[in-house]
Amino acid sequence: MQTTDISIKIGGEAGQGVESSGGGFVKALSRGGLFIFGNSDYMSRIRGGYNFYQIRASDSPILCHTSHIHLLLAFNEEAITQHKDEIVKGGAIIYDEDFKIDADSLKARGIQLFPMPLVKFAYESGADRIMANTAAIGTAVGVLEYDFERIAEVITQNFKRKGEAVVNANLNLARQAYTLAKEKYAKNFKFKVSPIPDPPKRMVLHGNQAICLGAIGGGCRFMSGYPMTPASTIIEFLSEKANQFGIVTKQTEDEISAILMAIGASHAGVRAMTATSGGGFSLMVEALGMAGSTETPLVIVEAQRAGPSTGLPTRTEQGDLEFVLHASQGEFPRIILTPGTIEQCFEAGWRSFNLAEKYQCPVILLTDLYLTSAVRSVDKTIFDFSKIPIERGALLDDAALDKLTSDYKRHAITDSGISPRAIPSHPKAVFMTTSDEHDEHGHIIEDAESRIKMMEKRMRKLELAVEEMRTPEVYGVKGAEITLIGWGSTYGALHESVDRLNEEGTKANMVHFVDIWPFPEERVTPLLKEAKYTLCVEGNYTGQLANIIRTCTGIQVDKRILKYDGRPFSADDILLRVKEEVRLHV
Amino acid sequence: MSNVTITEYQGIETSTWCPGCGDFPILKCIKDALVQLNIAPHQVIMTSGIGCGSKLPHYMRVNAYNSVHGRSLPVAMGIKLANHDFTVIAVTGDGDGYGIGGNHFIHTCRRNPQIVHIAENNQVYGLTKGQYSPTSDYGYVTTTSPEGTIEVAINPIALAITTGATFVARTSSGDPKHMTQVIAKAIQHKGYALIDVLQPCVTFNKKNTYAWYKERVYKLDDEKGYDPHDRKAAWARAQEWGDRIPIGVIYQEVGRPTYEDQVTVLKQGPLVKQGFNIGRIKDDIELLKEEFV
Repeated sequence: MQTTDISIKIGGEAGQGVESSGGGFVKALSRGGLFIFGNSDYMSRIRGGYNFYQIRASDSPILCHTSHIHLLLAFNEEAITQHKDEIVKGGAIIYDEDFKIDADSLKARGIQLFPMPLVKFAYESGADRIMANTAAIGTAVGVLEYDFERIAEVITQNFKRKGEAVVNANLNLARQAYTLAKEKYAKNFKFKVSPIPDPPKRMVLHGNQAICLGAIGGGCRFMSGYPMTPASTIIEFLSEKANQFGIVTKQTEDEISAILMAIGASHAGVRAMTATSGGGFSLMVEALGMAGSTETPLVIVEAQRAGPSTGLPTRTEQGDLEFVLHASQGEFPRIILTPGTIEQCFEAGWRSFNLAEKYQCPVILLTDLYLTSAVRSVDKTIFDFSKIPIERGALLDDAALDKLTSDYKRHAITDSGISPRAIPSHPKAVFMTTSDEHDEHGHIIEDAESRIKMMEKRMRKLELAVEEMRTPEVYGVKGAEITLIGWGSTYGALHESVDRLNEEGTKANMVHFVDIWPFPEERVTPLLKEAKYTLCVEGNYTGQLANIIRTCTGIQVDKRILKYDGRPFSADDILLRVKEEVRLHV
Repeated sequence: MSNVTITEYQGIETSTWCPGCGDFPILKCIKDALVQLNIAPHQVIMTSGIGCGSKLPHYMRVNAYNSVHGRSLPVAMGIKLANHDFTVIAVTGDGDGYGIGGNHFIHTCRRNPQIVHIAENNQVYGLTKGQYSPTSDYGYVTTTSPEGTIEVAINPIALAITTGATFVARTSSGDPKHMTQVIAKAIQHKGYALIDVLQPCVTFNKKNTYAWYKERVYKLDDEKGYDPHDRKAAWARAQEWGDRIPIGVIYQEVGRPTYEDQVTVLKQGPLVKQGFNIGRIKDDIELLKEEFV
């Protein structure tokens, strides 16, 4: 039984410690045994502008953020202007007592005001003005009546490298604010969180980190990339861990070079990946086709952000699905995975390497800014590295190559379409490959007959690969009146929407795609045929999955619920629009 | 002494090059240099881009990755980082290597991986039938520059020196003996080695012909006292073009570590030979998971 489900928002300028305060608060709550979800929203600049960090904490598992908040920590006046409409009745704003705000109108909305001498406390403690954020966190812990020791532990850890004096100044400041807030405001604030006894140790991480853990477990040995939001944290993380896990990372001169180096490394025999966003992927498109033609295994993470072009560099979108599906000239096998949760990101992180090597083709792991940067608490047990299978597909080892009696054919025509792969450097397998159409030896051909054979050989691989594609997950009640369809990062919001619809008496379920290509149409078609009223929920303008579904199955979804404002879907967003549809059609 | 024979490098494909093409001597000299150095085909991997010259690896027996236009060098770099035991030879054309692949060129110079870069420089786009290239001389008339080009030619030698290349040479298809020597030196060089080859396109470049080059080239080996380790002297020779064109090793810096030598993970040996064993990293994985708690 869920008794606690609270959302806290911290808002202010870049440089005021919004992100670090949020991150610290998340740790303190998770270590107290609460399930948490944290997402941030920031502008494409280093200082100034407006940023926020939102934390949701619950005593039951949660999968997404909410549109409403209970507590706002306003580091500047703009935070109040931006978020006052999101605050629930009885909710509160913590802010510095010197802010000029329209108190009457806020109170009229049922919002409680908790002014505090945050800056004054910061100055009195001999610290910098920026430490007012520590005082604000102390205040929040006070009004929530959460365990102060949990936040004290995080403060100590976070400031440790700055020395004991800084740690103590921050601790004293937080405690001073905590004490005053608890005494002055706690009794009026009815939303509380408390640590559970003997809390389990959960991990708090975002999608990119989960992908990296999966890649490490999957034996990734090479990663090349060019910095681009929101993919950069992948190369940063793997670079930090490179020596520990035997990975070579390379920041390149551009994304063209990034994908090419990964292709070169893969051709030479190591598991290789690159990561970028849509703009960088645009530059990689030519080489994507080259990996397809030369049948080079390759993992590409495409972390979407809002386009077109530079678009909204720090905002989320699901606008690249049809792009990655069709990118590059001609036709060649590719695999597209669209994980939607931390667990799915971890799995896709290692599974993509198996698929790439088994089918000797590019595998695109399509995520988005929301998934890659929002953190969630998960049980450590989901990261079970001992259960990761390493499947390298038809790979000839030295012993097999020693026994070769005729010339090795890199692109041998086979029934499955998969040509046994050799790693170059064996004396009996001196071979080449080329982006030109080629014969079994990898030499350039132009005759129609050879072309047809090679084209059909490559494309045949998809017939096998499709068998391995996951059937979309169906969650919710059987015989539902409405079926929500989605892919990737909307998983959490869809899941919660289904629960809430069913609680409220509308029989609902969801069909969520984690594997989109090759499209498992034989299993998808019956699922969708039995659905009574389908709504495809996507973070784009055109409904790209709905388009693919129509192309592959002939089924037209009944309604497309679309969003292209650069912000992620919450369950509240979905329900608001679904309920209108239900009223009209069900 | 040498065990490796030229027949081991004998390809089976028939070339598509025009009779008299400047690429023929390059093909022969690469094979000769490798045989001289007793390097077997399985120990070598070549990369190339797109253009007449980039078909070169198809015409010998060697490991190769024939990539797309302009992209020979990054593929070579990826291969080198995955298996630095390989002798890696990247072949490009002038448009391929200095034009569309120009960004890769300057950054590869900076990185100093032990890769031999053979740029077949015929100062024209041949395979697309005769448009001007980044190395075409100012005023050169082509189908896309009917009034003559109005941009100066790139100077690959000076560009390589200034962006950090540690071995910069020029040779000529008109002098195969010289070319073989230069290629052999480049393969032995510890670091990135550029060889700009004056390679006449007999079909589309009627200006920069064998005869045109022959009148102008002179060998640095014959220049008394010329020391390629003297950066200032090298820089002066790098500017020479037109009436006198130097060939030979123009610049060489010895002792700078290669890129792969400085990658910590590669100190354990080539990446591809390091294997993968999840059991070996079990404890590290548990520590890693703790970081997120």
